[in-house]
Amino acid sequence: MVIDCKHVWDAISSYIDDSLAPETRELVQKHLDHCNICSAVLDSTRNILILTGDDRVFELPTGFSERLHARLDEQIRALRPSQDA
Amino acid sequence: MTTATPNPEELTRIQAILAGHHDQFHDLIRPYERTVFAMALAMLKNEADAEEATQEAFLKAYRGLAAFRAESRFGTWLASIALNEARSILRRRNQFPTDSIDSSDDEQPGISPALLRDWREIPSESLERAEVRSILRAAIDNLPVLYREIFLLRDLEELSVNECASTLNITVSAAKVRLHRARMLLQKELAPQLKHLNPKRRWFPWS
Ligand SMILES: [Zn+2]
Repeated sequence: MVIDCKHVWDAISSYIDDSLAPETRELVQKHLDHCNICSAVLDSTRNILILTGDDRVFELPTGFSERLHARLDEQIRALRPSQDA
Repeated sequence: MTTATPNPEELTRIQAILAGHHDQFHDLIRPYERTVFAMALAMLKNEADAEEATQEAFLKAYRGLAAFRAESRFGTWLASIALNEARSILRRRNQFPTDSIDSSDDEQPGISPALLRDWREIPSESLERAEVRSILRAAIDNLPVLYREIFLLRDLEELSVNECASTLNITVSAAKVRLHRARMLLQKELAPQLKHLNPKRRWFPWS
């Protein structure tokens, strides 16, 4: 059985997560071995997920961590005043 | 796929906090600050709200730590608290979509990716460029919120598909469909932009 490009595109996300059924994965793999367009779709998607999933994309505001921990401290002291003597 | 078993070091720390060593909570959450903030910012698109949501999420996690069940990972538990915090802010702003949009969503036709003849890898060091970060941020911001959520849980917080499904309270197959669309939308939007950035501006050492 041969599958066309459209079927491969529909399987890209599951292929990346390695959650395709073994038979489907094999069909997709065979197609990818011969199709430059689908290979580029796969490579670019993978690459884009690594870039967009990087937490550096969203910069922390200056002083973010200090403010967070100061607020946590307040909370800790407020809930457990006796523990901190 | 990510395992669902909790990290033993974290569990020891959580037990110590619950036994009275409250200050260890600071160290427990340090590894999660950036991702929780990033998720809140991607959901809320506003720095001040995202900082507030992040602080609230960590405060809630601290107060509710005794309710943490060791069968899930601490990061997964935290992600779901943070997601709920962001959702409640969106709801207050009336921006959270209703369930009817949610269900019709699964009948939409598939999304075709951007087609390219080849792809030259863009290394993570390119994130040092503000220009690249802003292109990526804009594409994430433009995702409809239903797709943004699952993308953030899976590809930023690195939850497994099963963990995403249970966090979002949807079936695993619905989670897969949503995740696929989110990823295809990002590819469609970003592949041409990033590819065009590449040859024109020679900002990679090897190009
Ligand atoms: Zn193909």
